Amino acid sequence: MQTATSSHTISVLVDNEPGILARVVGLFSGRGYNIESLTVAETDAKANLSRITIVTTGTPMVIEQIKAQLDRLVPVHTVRDLTVEGPHIERELALVKVKGTGDKRVEALRLADVFRAKVIDAKMDSFVFEVTGNSDKVETFIGLMETLGLVDVGRTGIVAMSRGGEAL
Amino acid sequence: MKPEESATTGADLLVKALIDEEVEVVFGYPGGAVLPIYDSLFKQNRLRHILVRHEQAAVHAAEGYARSTGKVGVVLVTSGPGATNAVTGLTDALMDSVPIVCLTGQVPTHLIGNDAFQEADTTGITRPCTKHNYLVKAVEDLARTVHEAFYVARSGRPGPVVIDLPKDVLMNKHDYVAPKKPVQHKSYRPQVKPDPKKVEQAIELIAGAKRPIFYAGGGIVNAGPKASKLLTQFVRLTGYPITNTLMGLGTFPASDKQFLGMLGMHGTYEANLAMYHCDVMINIGARFDDRITGKLAEFSPKSKKIHVDIDPSSINKNVRVDLPIVGDAGLVLEEFVRLWKAKQPRTDQKALKAWWAEIDKWRARNCLAYKQDKETIKPQYALERLYHHIKDKDHFITTEVGQHQMWAAQFLKFEQPNRWMTSGGLGTMGYGFPAAMGVQIAHPDSLVIDVAGEASIMMNIQELSTVAQYRLPVKIFILNNQYMGMVRQWQELLHGGRYSESYMESLPDFVKLAEAFGAVGMRVHEPAKLDETIKQMIAIKKPVIVDVLVDKAENCFPMIPSGAAHYDMLLGPDDHAAKPVSEEGMVLV
Ligand SMILES: Cc1cc2nc3c(=O)[nH]c(=O)nc-3n(C[C@H](O)[C@H](O)[C@H](O)COP(=O)(O)OP(=O)(O)OC[C@H]3O[C@@H](n4cnc5c(N)ncnc54)[C@H](O)[C@@H]3O)c2cc1C
Ligand SMILES: Cc1ncc(C[n+]2csc(CCOP(=O)(O)OP(=O)(O)O)c2C)c(N)n1
Ligand SMILES: [Mg+2]
Repeated sequence: MQTATSSHTISVLVDNEPGILARVVGLFSGRGYNIESLTVAETDAKANLSRITIVTTGTPMVIEQIKAQLDRLVPVHTVRDLTVEGPHIERELALVKVKGTGDKRVEALRLADVFRAKVIDAKMDSFVFEVTGNSDKVETFIGLMETLGLVDVGRTGIVAMSRGGEAL
Repeated sequence: MKPEESATTGADLLVKALIDEEVEVVFGYPGGAVLPIYDSLFKQNRLRHILVRHEQAAVHAAEGYARSTGKVGVVLVTSGPGATNAVTGLTDALMDSVPIVCLTGQVPTHLIGNDAFQEADTTGITRPCTKHNYLVKAVEDLARTVHEAFYVARSGRPGPVVIDLPKDVLMNKHDYVAPKKPVQHKSYRPQVKPDPKKVEQAIELIAGAKRPIFYAGGGIVNAGPKASKLLTQFVRLTGYPITNTLMGLGTFPASDKQFLGMLGMHGTYEANLAMYHCDVMINIGARFDDRITGKLAEFSPKSKKIHVDIDPSSINKNVRVDLPIVGDAGLVLEEFVRLWKAKQPRTDQKALKAWWAEIDKWRARNCLAYKQDKETIKPQYALERLYHHIKDKDHFITTEVGQHQMWAAQFLKFEQPNRWMTSGGLGTMGYGFPAAMGVQIAHPDSLVIDVAGEASIMMNIQELSTVAQYRLPVKIFILNNQYMGMVRQWQELLHGGRYSESYMESLPDFVKLAEAFGAVGMRVHEPAKLDETIKQMIAIKKPVIVDVLVDKAENCFPMIPSGAAHYDMLLGPDDHAAKPVSEEGMVLV
């Protein structure tokens, strides 16, 4: 039996209706699958569609099950495993609050610049940065801020899309 | 959507929608939240309502009705406790792929979330135990939702669907919307037509087999009676052996020489060994359940596996297969038959002859043998005699759960689909009697028998009142061993014979119990009187309970202990497990 697990990013197009998130999350908890990250928002108001991006880990057999189980939900239109389907882009946004004065404050600002993080709130003794990128970048930035007075982090989780002209 | 009739209340609309879905019977129980529906039912005479005595029984009755007719079973219950009582039945229907539409009452929309009287989060509670569920928040959506629910319940892999109906929605007015045919659901479109390339590959693989076996399951029942005919035709064309799961019994005639009996934990020696040693396995509409596979690592290790299933999530779930075919079993079998006839493949006669010789050796072990004496009735004997008396009559069998269920599967022979109703996936004690009521409603003139255990029958015994009210001549054939026999058997095997809480103290007098409800009660304990009792039972056109006092110590064999491989089968009381049940096996159920 294959036991090596790997991480997969799965995009799911669903009807934007009450309870849809509960169906998806309930499926994962009920069947013991992992959710590493999950994002959801309406993406097509006219067609009433939402897009859910799930990052999950499992053996190849489990990943195959997850996709089949998702596809079986009645309000699910499309399930795509971006990880196996070819090149794709993943992005995450984080809001990072750092509190401090003096050298630390200067250093935080300098690093933010390196990471192309934007200052979206500033007080005499604090900043809120907005940083976007793949998870690695976001995590590295947060890691660096830890020594510089990190007090709060909010992350969106991953949204992803295939490269090239094709839609989901 | 164009309004087709003048405005009606939600409840009237609902009834109209049910009639348009060709519903004839609704199994239900009233309450405050569904009173408008009961009022609409009162004012019409197209729909028949069967008043059960517990909502769980309403769902099982609808399951019996659905499984014996191929139609969707319909249930109507009130909010709160009505809905929660239905949950076991819904879960049962989900596990066994039975098409059900269950209408639940709900508190009015403006009270939802307020812990109102008899409020329960029905869609929340039933989300994991339904194929799909709906909360209808506006009367404008009601008719469309009902039509969609029927489509979802019956298409693809069938299953239960709940529609939660707030009371204000039932009382508001709107125009009726007739169902659109054919239904084009915007997201739910199961694949029914198989990929022709895969069908070709399957035929090649099947034709080249040296030690083949067909393993056919409940999916063939779901695919309709024609699928069973095609299965029978195809299996006979090939001349290969076939085994059925518990849910698949009847999809291939049990009297046919090619039939090896049921496989799995309590399946036959020949079926299980054929599964273990085969080189090509053709699974059609079965889901590699753990009762079948036993120890996964040693499940049919040398075979190439073909798996035909309408639900992609059944494929590669437990067992990796070599050739998956997604599609409806009936359509796939049609292609199999067509291609086989067109190609007339030459199968390896020499190898097949040797394979059958091997199978015949396993058959000669006579794994279902038991010893009947003059004193006590063996449960197996009771079933053999029962079968003898019913085999030429138009009959349907349901069961409860336990040893009696397994013996029924082993000793009654099923020649057609839709004649055998049993709770396989959930294993719900209390299923058989209400299911038999549902079958009897659909087939008023047929002989309907619930093969029961004395413990299981107590779980929905209140339905005696329902069969009395509707004069349903259901027969309850209790194999009374005074034990939760299946539990006792496991305690004997796994827990040193410490029979903790498995003895049925204080059983009622089933004869008097029957009489109290206006049914007929009979009791038999002498083998010599068994035949006469069965004949009487059949002759009486009323509900009957037959209390058959059977050997209390009898165990159900063959048995593959949990976690063991197919070749580690226990064949009888004198057969000790090749290895003691492993720790791994102990944690399994
Ligand atoms: C006490 C007890 C002991 C048991 N012991 C045994 C035993 O020894 N042997 C045994 O066999 N069972 C046994 N069972 C039953 C077992 O638990 C399972 O319920 C049963 O084996 C499942 O049968 P199945 O594989 O045919 O699948 P089902 O549960 O009937 O599932 C049907 C499959 O077919 C698919 N399907 C549905 N519709 C279609 C269609 N139109 N076309 C194609 N595919 C379709 C579904 O997607 C699903 O995968 C026991 C149960 C109990 C309670
Ligand atoms: C609702 C429910 N509770 C518990 C069980 C566990 N269980 C399985 S078989 C069984 C005993 C059944 O006893 P009986 O109906 O007398 O049948 P027998 O095995 O004796 O033939 C029990 C308790 C179950 N299957 N269903
Ligand atoms: Mg018993």
